[in-house]
Amino acid sequence: MGFLDIDSAFKTYGSVEVLHNVNISVGEGEFLVLVGPSGCGKSTLLNMIAGLEDITSGEIRLKGNLMNGVHPSRRNIAMVFQSYALYPNMTVAQNITFGLEMHKVPKAERESAMQEVAELLQIGGLLNRKPAQLSGGQRQRVAMGRALVRKPEVFLFDEPLSNLDAKLRVDMRTEIKKLHQNLGTTIVYVTHDQIEAMTLSTRIAVMNEGHVQQLGTPKEIYDTPANLFVATFMGSPSMNLVPVTISANGEAVCAETSNSFGETVRLAVPEAGSDLRSMSGKTVTLGIRPEALTDKDGADHRSTHVERCASAVGVTEPAGSDTFVTTSFGEAECVARMRADTDASSGAVIEFAFNMEKAVFFDPKSGIRID
Amino acid sequence: MAAPVDADFRTRLQIWLPKLVLSPSLAMALVFVYGFILFTVYLSFTDSRILPSFGWVGLENYFKLFRLRHWEIAVTNMGVFAVLYMLICTAIGLTLAIFFDQKIRGEGVLRPIYLYPMALSFIVTGTAWKWMLDPGIGLENTMHALGWESFAFDWIKNRNYAIYTVVLAAVWQTSGFVMAMFLAGLRGIDNEILKAAQIDGASNWNLYRRIIIPQLRPAFLSAFVILAHLAIKTYDLVIALTGGGPGRATELPATFMYSYTFTRNQMGIGAASATIMLMTIAAIMIPYLYSELRERK
Amino acid sequence: MAAMQQESAIRTSNTARVLIYLLLLLFAFFYLLPLFVMGVNSVKPLSEITGGNMMALPEIWTLEPWRKAWSEAQVGVQATGLKPYFWNSIKMVVPAVFISTILGALNGYVLTKWRFRGDTILFGLMLFACFIPFQIVLIPMARVLGIFALAGTTWGLVLVHVVYGIGFTTLYFRNYYAAFPTELVRAAQIDGAGFFQIFWRIMLPSSGPIIVVSVIWQFTNIWNDFLFGASFADFSSQPMTVALNNLVQSSTGVKEYNVHFAGAILAALPTLLVYIVAGRFFVRGLMAGSVKG
Repeated sequence: MGFLDIDSAFKTYGSVEVLHNVNISVGEGEFLVLVGPSGCGKSTLLNMIAGLEDITSGEIRLKGNLMNGVHPSRRNIAMVFQSYALYPNMTVAQNITFGLEMHKVPKAERESAMQEVAELLQIGGLLNRKPAQLSGGQRQRVAMGRALVRKPEVFLFDEPLSNLDAKLRVDMRTEIKKLHQNLGTTIVYVTHDQIEAMTLSTRIAVMNEGHVQQLGTPKEIYDTPANLFVATFMGSPSMNLVPVTISANGEAVCAETSNSFGETVRLAVPEAGSDLRSMSGKTVTLGIRPEALTDKDGADHRSTHVERCASAVGVTEPAGSDTFVTTSFGEAECVARMRADTDASSGAVIEFAFNMEKAVFFDPKSGIRID
Repeated sequence: MAAPVDADFRTRLQIWLPKLVLSPSLAMALVFVYGFILFTVYLSFTDSRILPSFGWVGLENYFKLFRLRHWEIAVTNMGVFAVLYMLICTAIGLTLAIFFDQKIRGEGVLRPIYLYPMALSFIVTGTAWKWMLDPGIGLENTMHALGWESFAFDWIKNRNYAIYTVVLAAVWQTSGFVMAMFLAGLRGIDNEILKAAQIDGASNWNLYRRIIIPQLRPAFLSAFVILAHLAIKTYDLVIALTGGGPGRATELPATFMYSYTFTRNQMGIGAASATIMLMTIAAIMIPYLYSELRERK
Repeated sequence: MAAMQQESAIRTSNTARVLIYLLLLLFAFFYLLPLFVMGVNSVKPLSEITGGNMMALPEIWTLEPWRKAWSEAQVGVQATGLKPYFWNSIKMVVPAVFISTILGALNGYVLTKWRFRGDTILFGLMLFACFIPFQIVLIPMARVLGIFALAGTTWGLVLVHVVYGIGFTTLYFRNYYAAFPTELVRAAQIDGAGFFQIFWRIMLPSSGPIIVVSVIWQFTNIWNDFLFGASFADFSSQPMTVALNNLVQSSTGVKEYNVHFAGAILAALPTLLVYIVAGRFFVRGLMAGSVKG
């Protein structure tokens, strides 16, 4: 049993099922990120943990205590909202202490708790301002202060950074991470931004259409996505998907496809599992991330399985630190991530290097990964 | 949201409290609006005279009502009044709003002038226009005093024209408000669309006819609904301006209902006329409210 | 109103602009005319009206018609002037506005932040109540007021105006609170605030603009009401509008037009003042009630 348990949770509105059999166990001190496209049910799940929406069936337990039907204020949770939800008529100080006041904490105690939080978040100079007089980043801090001051068991974050501009978002992301490391709090965090999910979390739950698609560490999610949805949702640019034909020949397993001229390309698959072996002669989807598809000099030197083949360059997109080069394999458009000073130019034929250690395979019908 | 069976007391209270708070207003609406409507509709099928009585007479009151010359005048007047009032208010309101939309200097001064009549009681409006249109002291008298001896304007005393003076006063009171409604609609139109149309070479006339006015549909609809409902409810203005006269020349259903019910002691017929007024308004309001409330979901 | 601030992108020629200004000024004249006529004629002796020009400024300025209208004129049977009726109106308007606004605020709060199945239908039922022709409720209302001994009393009128006013106030607050972030309510719930605490501490302090709108709307409507006043009031409770009508329509004696005009201005003054002081909000309120439905 974990610290926060979500057990066979379902949520339906009338005949519409928004959450289907969600099982997640969050350990104490863990930073769980719920990520997925809009409408995937992640915010509904968060609201159910908060008690703002009731649970249709299943259980939510905090430290082993059943939370179903318990009023939000009695769950010992705090929440940071997307819009920050600062009370517009109250000063920063009043905003931070409102929850304590509602819980009948004596004034002196409220005051010292607030000072502590203000110091932690460096908002001491803002205490007498109204929310309207604050910048986006300052509001964000106040909203976190309001959550922190309660010293809750679990912090819930509902897309807290989505209203900030790009630079501030990166800064605040770092700050939230620091806060988590310093305070060791348990956090459930909702976002649609997969980079936020990767950088912040200790574990990620990728959600789509009310189902948890995969639950795992950022590395697991990134390197071994459970299915095509997770593979394409996480990572930017997204994973290349190439239709290949598997041929198993004794120990050796090969994936066959074609390059931009229609010439056959054979890619040796290292350490192929039995499931993949059994697909011999059938077409599957090869997934390879752009950083595992490079020019020959850029290939990972530590990798022992780099396969090379020539193909024509479609367009090049210099992005500063890297240059993204498109080509096609098996008639699917692919993006390769090359060094910034690569000499690839549109129309040229160059050698592409596949780091096959990083390759994954999917059943094209069910979308599930084949090992 | 139904309370989960395992909810704690506080949560359950919080679920019931909102409904509890809403219930007095709801109860008032049910009793004083819908209950009363049913009662009045019921009375329209009874032989009530000076006091409510419960002898069932079926549709007799409605047959009587439609044979009454008095009611016929009231309904005809209503038709003339409503059509003219709504058309003129819309025309003036739209014209003024379009003119206002041409970056007018002094809009801040003019707008309150156009709108203040809406803040006045119909009784005040009626009183002011009653004496202004009175041939003895008003416009006609003023023109005579200024030397135009042959000038005649006695519509308010003329059976054939008195209803138009009601239109005049009602237009005076509400056209500024209609202007504000159209102006809000105009100001809500995306300027980039207008710029695009100008680049496409549309003249101002075409810009309004083809691009802008079609986008004012919601404002037209709101104006229609508000004006129609004001027209059917018009009562005070007639009382103050003409008292329904001369003779019965400016009787409207609202004044008819009042006099039949409370001064002529024909409560059954009065109730029948009120029912017909309600049905007319309901025919306009219910589809409107239905579409408005459904969109918000 | 935000929408009122946008500048149109349309350009017009100079001749067209001259015509537009002329027409706008002509209409301004039309709208101001009755106010002007009431004003100048209320400070003239009667003889200047009957024998002269309604548009002319007074030759002899006098406040006598105002004094007469306020405290001496024959209204109905008594020669009390409009004074007692003015106070009747005040005594009726203040509680009716207060109660209907508070109820409207609570209803709007429930209907937007504590939604439940069927709430839109209930709101529709309440809203329709604003638009019924009040003739349909006159007969039963007269009976009910009689039964509860409220007939002819100020409190009876207060009740009537509250009942038929909450539809509008609920509409205003509902529209306003619909745009009020629901996340704030959720944050307050997590902070431990209950239903009424959220209302008093979070919603009401941010409701200034809509309270002003609701109060102005209700004040104007109730002050200007004639039908209910004429139907359910007696001398002790008759409002200003009914008294003014009685004054103007009284068939006995010489028609004192100047007194009538002074009385009309007296009856118009409170709403006119409110409009001048808070006109912008008033317009916005009318728009909120109509355009947004």
